[in-house]
Amino acid sequence: MHTIDEIMKILAEVKPGLSAGPDDELVRTGLLDSVEIMSVVMALAEEFDLEISPLDLKEENFHTANAILALVNRLEA
Amino acid sequence: MKHLLECLDATARRWPERPAFGDEAGTLTWAEVALAVQRVGTALARQGVQRRPVALYLDHRVPCLLTMLGTLAAGGFYTVLDTAQPPERVRRITDQLAPVLLVTDEEHRAAAEALGLDCPLLLWESACTEEPDPYLLQRLRQDALDVDLAYVLFTSGSTGAPKGVAVQHRAVLAYSAWAAETFGIDETTVFGNQTPFYFSMSVTDLYTALRTGSQLQVLPKRLFSFPVQLLDYLTTHGVNTLYWVPSALGGVVRWKALDYTALPPLRTILFAGETMPTPYLNYWRAHYPAALFANLFGPTETTDICAYYIVDRPFADDEPLPIGRACDNCGLLVLTEDNRPAAPGQVGELCVRGSFLAAGYYNMPEKTAQRFCPNPLQPHYPETIYRTGDLVCYGEDGLLRYMGRTDNQIKHMGYRIELGEIETAAYGQEGLQSCACLYDVPRDRLVLFFTAGRDLTDALRARLADRLPGYMQPALYRRLKAMPQNQNGKIDRAALRAQLKED
Repeated sequence: MHTIDEIMKILAEVKPGLSAGPDDELVRTGLLDSVEIMSVVMALAEEFDLEISPLDLKEENFHTANAILALVNRLEA
Repeated sequence: MKHLLECLDATARRWPERPAFGDEAGTLTWAEVALAVQRVGTALARQGVQRRPVALYLDHRVPCLLTMLGTLAAGGFYTVLDTAQPPERVRRITDQLAPVLLVTDEEHRAAAEALGLDCPLLLWESACTEEPDPYLLQRLRQDALDVDLAYVLFTSGSTGAPKGVAVQHRAVLAYSAWAAETFGIDETTVFGNQTPFYFSMSVTDLYTALRTGSQLQVLPKRLFSFPVQLLDYLTTHGVNTLYWVPSALGGVVRWKALDYTALPPLRTILFAGETMPTPYLNYWRAHYPAALFANLFGPTETTDICAYYIVDRPFADDEPLPIGRACDNCGLLVLTEDNRPAAPGQVGELCVRGSFLAAGYYNMPEKTAQRFCPNPLQPHYPETIYRTGDLVCYGEDGLLRYMGRTDNQIKHMGYRIELGEIETAAYGQEGLQSCACLYDVPRDRLVLFFTAGRDLTDALRARLADRLPGYMQPALYRRLKAMPQNQNGKIDRAALRAQLKED
């Protein structure tokens, strides 16, 4: 099981200075743009050695840090 | 016809109950659009905007479309500002434009006021509830001419201040008639609009829809990050026609999203704005063998496009697409540096004459005179051509090929190099998702940025060594997690250049 801190660290690497809590909306608010979302996807795949399928690439899996954490834990399970 | 809203009048009379403009908030019929345009038009007309610029500070949604058309109803012309841009960049545009009115909504009111423009501010929420004054609007319409401006669209300009391309009603009327006819746009068309309203490609979506009664569905920008959801959204809304930048089509290719969900009912797929990587086209064509695919080409200064190629044969992954032939009522001249027509196969600058031409650059007489010049091949009477700065040549098949920009070709090791040629050669590489080649001026070297699921540096190096001469070999291959994109969805070369500087 991964922790929210690992996800927050990846988000901070992709977007330095991002100020968002674990449940803050990232996508609809535009806090992350399309290029940054793609960078998060690639970073998750590399960091956790995950296969992210196009079907996992959904707004509800990326809209908050906690949603990303749930996705990562589900894919690893 | 002399005024673009004559298209709306006719469409709203003919198909009052058919869907017109849609976004996430819902869909309006043509009758509802016509009424809303009258309301907004009346509110703007009362501010006195006839033949004056109006700046719109609104998001990429239906209210912005209605305010654009409302500005035309009031006899004015509009410039849509990008609400996502930092205020200092927005101000570079408003400084040039000097709008007499700024329209925004409650959501953006504070940011709009902070721009500190020297003009009144009108809220969308009050404009759209104004009581229509048909007499006032009719009087303004009678006064209008087809040479009046419809909009001023700002292009970034590689150096210095942004240039406002001033486009007249007559150019958009001529262009939209041609585009609708050529691409079979009619009342059964449903556009999935990707491009922002401050980008010339959106002119095609909006004004062919207005003319033919087709539906324009504004796509939420964030869905372009989630390709399967994007495709499902197209299906849900019955979208059958796309006119997107290649990078947007490439997002679907990168995730092979067409293989993971039901295919949307697409029948027409048009693209423009940057070079189309042929592997993207091939992926889409494999899933839509019966659809019409066309490569469109042209600058904002020719309304949207001046040349087009309807894909009529298979292309290898590393074979570039032609830009084809002239649109009707557009004359294309290929001129050498001494202003003579280039011979077949000889590279020259593309120059355009005809009714799609813009009036010039707003408040920039010198820049206008540089680019909108007398036709050197017509000594008998004054005729204006637009010098595009694009290099082209005619192939043996009689189709135009794009060869780069006059100001973008680089000189490296004594050779003239077109960076696009290196990208095209790279695009045949299996596993490559996107790439962009840049010239690192201070270090005098070529750098190829790419995205891929695995590191393809060695494979790309070997591939290009086979296909390109030594002086065209990138010195550095740089794999990125994601290709930067600008606000229009195209590859952001300025951001890549900034990365070079950081090295």
